[in-house]
Amino acid sequence: MDAAIPTLAQAARALATGELSSVELTRACLERIERLDPSLNAFITVDAPGALAAAEQADQRRARGEANPLTGIPLAIKDLFCTKGLRTTCGSRMLEGFLPPYESTVTARLRAAGAVVLGKTNMDEFAMGSSNETSFFGPVANPWDRTRTPGGSSGGSAAAVAAGLCVASIGTDTGGSIRQPAAMTGITGLKPTYGRVSRFGMVAFASSLDQAGPMTRDIRDAAMLLQEMAGHDPMDSTAIDTPVPDYGAALERSVRGLRIGVPEEYFGEGLHPEVRAAIEQVTRVYRELGADLCPISLPMTRHAIPTYYIIAPAEASSNLARYDGIRFGHRCDQPKDLKDLYARTRAEGFGAEVKRRIMLGTYVLSSGYYDAYYRKAQRVRRLIAEDFARAFREHDLAVILTPTAPETAFRLGEKNQDPVSMYLSDIYTINVNLAGLPAASLPCGLDARGLPIGFQLIGRPLDEAAILTAGHAYQQATQWHLASPGEQP
Amino acid sequence: MSAATHYETVIGLEIHTQLATRSKIFCGCPNRFGSAPNTQICPVCAAFPGVLPVLNRAVLDMAIMTGLALNGQIRTVNEFARKNYFYPDLPAGYQISQFELPIVEHGEMMIEPEGAPRKRIGITRAHMEVDAGKNLHEGIQGASWVDLNRTGTPLLEIVTEPDLRSAAETGAFLKKLRALVRHLGVCDGNMEEGSFRCDANVSIRPLGETRLGTRAEIKNLNSIRNVMRAIDYEVERQIDLIEAGEKVIQETRLWDANQNHTRSMRGKEEAHDYRYFPEPDLPRVVIDAARIEAIRAAMPELPDEKFPRFQKEYGLTDYDAGVLTADREMADFFEQAVTAARPADPKAVANWVTVELLGRLNREGIEIAQSPVAAEALGKLTRMIHAGVISGKIAKTVFMHMWDKGGDPERIVSEQGLLQVSDQGAIETEVDRMLALHADKVEQYRAGKVQLMGFFVGEIMKAMRGKANPGVVNTLLKEKLAG
Repeated sequence: MDAAIPTLAQAARALATGELSSVELTRACLERIERLDPSLNAFITVDAPGALAAAEQADQRRARGEANPLTGIPLAIKDLFCTKGLRTTCGSRMLEGFLPPYESTVTARLRAAGAVVLGKTNMDEFAMGSSNETSFFGPVANPWDRTRTPGGSSGGSAAAVAAGLCVASIGTDTGGSIRQPAAMTGITGLKPTYGRVSRFGMVAFASSLDQAGPMTRDIRDAAMLLQEMAGHDPMDSTAIDTPVPDYGAALERSVRGLRIGVPEEYFGEGLHPEVRAAIEQVTRVYRELGADLCPISLPMTRHAIPTYYIIAPAEASSNLARYDGIRFGHRCDQPKDLKDLYARTRAEGFGAEVKRRIMLGTYVLSSGYYDAYYRKAQRVRRLIAEDFARAFREHDLAVILTPTAPETAFRLGEKNQDPVSMYLSDIYTINVNLAGLPAASLPCGLDARGLPIGFQLIGRPLDEAAILTAGHAYQQATQWHLASPGEQP
Repeated sequence: MSAATHYETVIGLEIHTQLATRSKIFCGCPNRFGSAPNTQICPVCAAFPGVLPVLNRAVLDMAIMTGLALNGQIRTVNEFARKNYFYPDLPAGYQISQFELPIVEHGEMMIEPEGAPRKRIGITRAHMEVDAGKNLHEGIQGASWVDLNRTGTPLLEIVTEPDLRSAAETGAFLKKLRALVRHLGVCDGNMEEGSFRCDANVSIRPLGETRLGTRAEIKNLNSIRNVMRAIDYEVERQIDLIEAGEKVIQETRLWDANQNHTRSMRGKEEAHDYRYFPEPDLPRVVIDAARIEAIRAAMPELPDEKFPRFQKEYGLTDYDAGVLTADREMADFFEQAVTAARPADPKAVANWVTVELLGRLNREGIEIAQSPVAAEALGKLTRMIHAGVISGKIAKTVFMHMWDKGGDPERIVSEQGLLQVSDQGAIETEVDRMLALHADKVEQYRAGKVQLMGFFVGEIMKAMRGKANPGVVNTLLKEKLAG
C-alpha cells in the first residue's frame, strides 16, 4: 500500500500522539484525490471545504481530550448514503442534483465520532452492477490496471481505498457489492449480518438484502469502523436490537482449533485456476495456524443467481417507483400529461441496467406470475439460509471459506453487453445476502497479470467476530493486504 | 318497476376508517385534518430516497380493539405488504397495506333495520393500511397540486361479506358501524371529510339463484344517504340491463350525487395489477395474547351490550334505550345525568334527555358533546322535580335558562324565585280566593261539569306564577269543591 496514506489504525495512533493532525491528513487525501482521481473517477462529489472544516473541528475536539479512534479520520462514502446538504446521486441521472434534507444513520454515527467525510464515491447506478460501468457519472478505473474495472457496485469506494485517496471507505452490499470490488482492488471489505447496521438514509435497492459495511486496507480497520456503525436504530425496523460486541477483542483471538468449512460447490466450473490456487494457499495458511479445515457441501448454492435475480429486482421495481419526477430528482421538460411525465422522466433518468431490473421485477410480481417466481424464490431463499445453518451446525463451524469472485478484475467493456456473464461474477457472494449472513473479502494473492485475488470468510448470523478473528490471523501471517498498486497517475 | 320483485340485491362493502391516532402510521408527523397543504409532512411522508417506515403501535391497538368489537379473530402474526401503483398522491409508488395476512378475520355485526328482524352481517376481514395524499385540481390552469398532509394517516379497511340485501340494510349497517368506531374512539366517523369512506359492491341475481351476479364497485360515496341512493340507482340500472337482454359488466363506477346516477370509471381490463408482495422494510408484527386481553379489558362497553343493560338497569323502553345507546357521548351523558338525579327515576331522566334536550339539540343542529346544558345540571333538575322543589312546568323554565346561559339549576331557581310553594296555608288562601271569584263555575262543577277542574288548577297556578305544588293544589281543590 502507498505509505503516503496510513491505515486507519496507524492514522488513529498518529493522531493520538500528535504526530499528525486531521487537517494534515485530510489535506494529504484531498491532494491525492486531485492528482490521481481524474484517471480513476472514484469520486462523484468531493467536499473539500466540508472535509477541512470537519478536520479542524476534529483537531479541536482532540485538543479538548474528547477524541475517540475515528476522530479526524478522512473517509470516502459511497454515494448511496444520504448526506444532509451534500449531493447524493446514487450514480444516477435521476438524482443528479439531489440534496438530501437528512443524514443517513451510518454517516451520522461516523460524523458523530468525529470522522471526516471527504466526499461521495462512484458506484453502479442504484447499486445495480458488478463493474461500476452502469454509473451515470462514468466507470471507475481499477488502480491496479486502468483498463480494468474495480468491480461493483461499490467500485468507487474500493478504488479510493486501493489508490490511497482516503484512509477507508464505506460501501454497501446487496449481492456482493462490497466484497467483489474489495477482491478486485486488493482491499478488505466486510458485509455485516443483515440488520446489524441501520439502513436508514441508504437509498434502497433491494431492502431485504442491502447492508452497509466498511472497505478498508486491512481487517483491523474494518473492525474499528464496524464498531461505530453497528447497533440498533429506532428509524430502521429491520435493524437488529442486540448488543454490539467488542470487535477489537475478537481480533486478538487465536484460530487454533477454529473450524473452517470449505464448500465443494464453490470450487466448480467457472472458477479461474489462478484464483483456485490462491484459495488453496489460504487453506494451507490456516492449517499451519492450527485451524481445522473441513470439507462441506452447500447443495443449494447453484440456485443463488436465479433466486437473487427474482427477489432483488422485485424489491427494486417497487423501491424505485418513487422516482416519478414529482417531488425530487430528475423531471422531464414540458410533460404533456401525467403518463408522459412518468414515462419520459423515468426513461431519461434511469440507465439501461436499472430499467432492465425494474422490468424484471415488475414481471415476476405480476398477477399470474407471482407464485411461479416471487413466492418460489422466497421458498428457495429459505432453503439457502437453512443450507448454511445446517452446515454451520453439523460441522460446528466458526466460518466458511470460499473464493470471493470467480476471476480477477475484468476489462472495462468486457461484460457490460452481456448481463448474465456480469451477474455470474457475484456467484459466490449472492448466497450470503440471501441468507443474511456476515462475510468479508480479504486479499490473498496476485494473478499472473499482477491483479489482486480475494477470498471470502462467511460467518454465522451476528458472528462478525469470528470473521474478524480468522481474518486478522490470516493478515498477521501473510503480507497480501500490504500489496499496493503503486502510483499510476 | 315490477321486474324488481324478481331479483335479489347483493351488496358487500369496503369501509376505510381513518384511525384517530395522534401521529401518523409510519412516522412522527401529527395525524391532523385541515392544515395548510404540505405542512404536516416529513421525508417519510414524501417518500424521499432512503427513509424507512416505523410502525406506530397505537394503530395496532386500535385495529385490535375494532376487531374485538366486531367479534373477529385477531391474527397474532401480522404481515404488511406493498400494493404497487403509480399516482401523484401516492409518493412511494406503493401503498403499505396488508394482503395475505390481515389483522382481523371472521368478524360479524348484528343490524336492526327499521321494520325488519335483526340480521347478522359477516365481516370478511379488516386490515391496516396507509392513506394516500390528495390531488387538488383547482388554482392553476392545466396543472394539479399534490397535498401530502393526509399521506401516512392510518386506515383500517373493513370488508364485509356480501350479506346485505338492500339499501336500507346497508344504511342500517353503516350507521351502526360508524357509531361503533366512534364509540370505541378509533375514528371520528366523518364521511364528508373522508375519515369514514365506503365503497359498495353491488350485484343482482334472480330470486332463488345462489351464485353471485356480476358486480359493479361504486365509489365516491360521501354520506350514508348517498350510499343508499347510489345502491337504489345501481340496482335499477342492472335490472334494466338484464331485462333488456344485456349483461352487467364488472367495472368500477363513480356515484354522481348531482346527476343522481353512477357512471363508468374503469373496466376490468383497465384494473390495476397491484403486484402485492410482503413489505421488506417492516418485519412481521407479532401480537401476544396478553396484549389482546389487555385491550379487551380496557375496551369501553359496546353499544350492543349497553342496549340490554340500559333496558334492565334503568327500566327504559326499546325506543329510549335505542336512542340513548346510539353513540357513546349520548350514553355517557345519560348515565352522568342519572347519577346526578338520584334518587329520581332514571326513566324521568331519559324523558328529559330524549324529549327536551334532544329536541332542542336537533332543532339547533348541535351534537350532544356540545350541549350547553351539562349532564350533571340536567340530572339535578330531574332530582329537584322528584323532591318537589320545583314543578315540571317550572323545570322547563329553568331548562331554558340553562340552555341560554348555562349554570346550576338550584342557583337559577333561587335567583329567579322559582321555588315551588308547597305551603298548605298559602295555597289554601289562593284556592279560597279563586273559588269565591268563580262561584258560578263552582256551581257548574258541583252540577257535574267535572272537567272544570283543569280550569281551577290553571287559574291558581297562573296566579301563583306556576310555583304552587300541583299535588297540593289538586288535593285542596278536590276537598273544597266536594264541599
